[in-house]
Amino acid sequence: MSFNALIAIALGYVVFLFFIAFLAERRAKAGQNSWVSSPWIYTLSISIYCTAWTFYGAVGYAARSGLEFVTIYLGPTLVMVGWWWILRRLVRIGRAQRITSIADLVSSRFGKSTQLGMIVTVISVIAATPYIALQLQSVTLSFAVFAETGGANWNEADFNAAAVWTSVGLAVFTVIFGTRNLDANERHHGVVMAIAVEAVVKLLALVAVGVFVVWGIGGGPSEILDRIDNSDIVLWHNDGGRWISLIFLSAAAFLCLPRMYQVLVVENADERHLQIASWAFPLYLFVMSLFVVPIAVVGLDLMPPGSNPDLFVVTVPLSEGRDGLAVLSFLGGFSSATSMVIVATIALATMVSNHIVVPIWLRLQANQHAVMSGDVRHVILLSRRLTVAGILGLGYLYYRFSVGGTALATIGLISFTGTVQVLPAMIGGIFWRGATGIGAAAGLVTGLIVWLWTLFLPTFGTDAVISQAVMDHGLFGLSILRPEALFGISGLDPLVHGIFWSMLLNTAMFVICSLLTFPAPLERLQGAQFVNVFDHSTAAPAWTNAATGAEDLLIMSQRIMGSAEAQALFEQEALDQGKSGYLPEVTPTFIEKLERELAGSVGAATAHAMILQLIGGSSVSVEDLIAVADEAAQILEYSNRLEAKSKEQESTARALRAANEKLTALSIQKDAFLSQISHELRTPMTSIRSFSDILREGEMSQDEYRRYAAIIHAEAERLTRLLDDLLDLAVLEHGQVVLREQTGRMSDLLDRALGAAGLQDGVLKVVRDPKTEDVVLTTDLDRLVQVFINLISNARKYCDAKKPQLKIKVTREGQTCTVDFIDNGSGIAPEKRALIFEKFSRVADGSKAGGAGLGLAICREIMQRLGGDVTYVAHKSGASFRVRLPHVQRVDALEET
Amino acid sequence: MSRKPKPTVFLQRASYRQRRLRDASKLLPFVGIVLFAIPLAWTTQGPDQKVGSLGLIYVFGAWFALIAVSGVLTSLIRPDRTEDDNGPPEP
Repeated sequence: MSFNALIAIALGYVVFLFFIAFLAERRAKAGQNSWVSSPWIYTLSISIYCTAWTFYGAVGYAARSGLEFVTIYLGPTLVMVGWWWILRRLVRIGRAQRITSIADLVSSRFGKSTQLGMIVTVISVIAATPYIALQLQSVTLSFAVFAETGGANWNEADFNAAAVWTSVGLAVFTVIFGTRNLDANERHHGVVMAIAVEAVVKLLALVAVGVFVVWGIGGGPSEILDRIDNSDIVLWHNDGGRWISLIFLSAAAFLCLPRMYQVLVVENADERHLQIASWAFPLYLFVMSLFVVPIAVVGLDLMPPGSNPDLFVVTVPLSEGRDGLAVLSFLGGFSSATSMVIVATIALATMVSNHIVVPIWLRLQANQHAVMSGDVRHVILLSRRLTVAGILGLGYLYYRFSVGGTALATIGLISFTGTVQVLPAMIGGIFWRGATGIGAAAGLVTGLIVWLWTLFLPTFGTDAVISQAVMDHGLFGLSILRPEALFGISGLDPLVHGIFWSMLLNTAMFVICSLLTFPAPLERLQGAQFVNVFDHSTAAPAWTNAATGAEDLLIMSQRIMGSAEAQALFEQEALDQGKSGYLPEVTPTFIEKLERELAGSVGAATAHAMILQLIGGSSVSVEDLIAVADEAAQILEYSNRLEAKSKEQESTARALRAANEKLTALSIQKDAFLSQISHELRTPMTSIRSFSDILREGEMSQDEYRRYAAIIHAEAERLTRLLDDLLDLAVLEHGQVVLREQTGRMSDLLDRALGAAGLQDGVLKVVRDPKTEDVVLTTDLDRLVQVFINLISNARKYCDAKKPQLKIKVTREGQTCTVDFIDNGSGIAPEKRALIFEKFSRVADGSKAGGAGLGLAICREIMQRLGGDVTYVAHKSGASFRVRLPHVQRVDALEET
Repeated sequence: MSRKPKPTVFLQRASYRQRRLRDASKLLPFVGIVLFAIPLAWTTQGPDQKVGSLGLIYVFGAWFALIAVSGVLTSLIRPDRTEDDNGPPEP
């Protein structure tokens, strides 16, 4: 295989890719893009994660460090498998906010901040440069392999020429297909199709080499496994720190790489594609890495010592005389390199033009109003094209000046670490509403500096940027600032050391500054929208009715979107508003929609700034926006409250109905009582009056005199008792009673109560169990005895059994003590049970008992004061009252009530 | 101001199953982390304690199992997102 033939094949392959891209663009334009935007194409396009570093480097990595190479794929596998957590959210936010890049995401989240967009762009460009250099290096190395087998021995000039030509070719392809549309939010069908094809080619190539190695050279899987066991390759190094750090690093980089954001979010046509890709992409990675270790082992066996393991994928088939396979493998590597470079440069170009060039250009033009003739489009497009060229140029320069011999994997990992500095701001931004722009900026800058110092600058080699003296003794001779042993921690692997410190300090600055600062209103609004994206995918700040004419807006939009598209948009809006003609009413909704359309082209920050420039002073202040949002929230809350209220009212109505029934019954009771009480009061009064009249008349015997006086006295006593009861109840109900705490035994209390209840006639038989009554109580004992007396005398009065009997049962359960008074009478009728504890209620008709129906009401009040209660318990036979009282009574609190 | 309908407390059997499938899918990355953390316990101290092809088979086996479970779960999860526990999806 001659070198020229290889060049021809490579060129032919590139032409084929051009053709595919062109075809896909045409089909998409004709509206037949159902096929292009399928979940499988989406999955394949994600595979730009597998760059030339994967294709060539993985084998070299495995040869040097064993199993560690899989960490680079395990991280993304975890992220994809856990798509529900982060990716789904990112895609939804990307679609809802028309996010164009990772810089736009961060800038948009933190109040459409131009500065943050710039910081992220700068980090991404610096981090991507070594990576692009890596791709150029791998392509030129693989060219050199073929040239050397053709007999030529490449010198440095040849390498450089190959690198230059590769860069130029990539730049041309990217400019043609990657910067066609201004709307970065529009999908690049041509590019996506081309990289999907390349994804298939690189998978096929690696699998073909793998199959050849396993079955062609090795003699089958089991022989290969034996070979692995017998070879010198060390599969596992005792370095768990690296293993875990690298899984984390690759997972984080998968989320933060601008090119991954481009294919995962921007080129995503349908959120459901993510669901398929969540397992299909890990499967792709799995197949890609399945044959890596066998190829490495066989390569180490076959190839002469000292040959570069990074190139085994090409050199092993070549050494076996399989030129066709070697060429396929070369095309696989070529595909990996080119697809990565194309997408990475598109993503970076979008970021540079939207976040650096346009803001600067706008500022330079600030004195002229944004409404003016001329097209912004060409500025943006030109800046993108120049950026593509510039980034490839930077990559080339890095390739020239960095240490050429550094293993591919090492540069790749360092580049990853730089990219990952965006992670805290990104994850914090989409999950934490408290994250602020100042916090994000502080974290990003800190992370960038630590990364540059510990990892990036040392890659240029000793004494290139950092002198050996600084490496050994630290900056300014401060040993805590040594690049590979910050703060004196020197035991770590340099990479783990760099990841650890940069992520730790970055996250710490981000969190601390976020906690300490207060976000601007627009930041808070955007924060709420990002974090709660699933609650309201459409909510956005509204512009108030602006004085700007629709014509001005149209002129500006034409400059960005192109006249045909802008006019179509305006006409459609006018139509939707029910107006004829092409100029719609400038409503807040329309401005918001327009801003979002423009954001798709120039990024949220710039679009916001341009609209702001046009609408000028008449735009609402952000505080107003917050007020509007607050108002909406208030309305929402109000309606929530109304709903809760109506539920409450329903239950209140039910309670009211029950209360009404009770009240009606009580009212009847009260009428009955009033007549009763007037009778009760009248009867003694009448006798007192008549007997005192008789006494006044005089003329009676001493006997008669004494008898009449006794009657008057008895009647007066009855009155007093009635009034005492009423007074007692009033005092209890108003809480003015002072409780006197005493300690006593239950049995003594019951003795006292039985003695005072007037049981001397012996009609009521009392049954007690002295053993259970051995309970010591601390409470107002006099009041408690009053309750007991009441309950016992009630039993005496109302128990209608032939042989009345009262059973007193004391039960202790933990801290509470209950006393049951159970008689063997007929009990209380169910319909009356609800009322017995009410004032003036009487169960028995007539005045058999002579009371006024206050006894139980007083009992209940007393027990409530004592912290217990008294209830009626339906019992099989007779009435049963249960007094429940806390075992240990605290009285001091009660006195205050 | 339209309010989204209040989510019901109890679900039909089918939607209940869907919720649990989603739970399983959400748990999967953590299972993966555990599986991939196991190699940390491997020791290569001593001359004959070399991690050989068995280690390789473990890593790739665990990896494939994770992918397979994820594939089965996502194929069972209906893309119908109206029952999304995070509220209505599309504007």
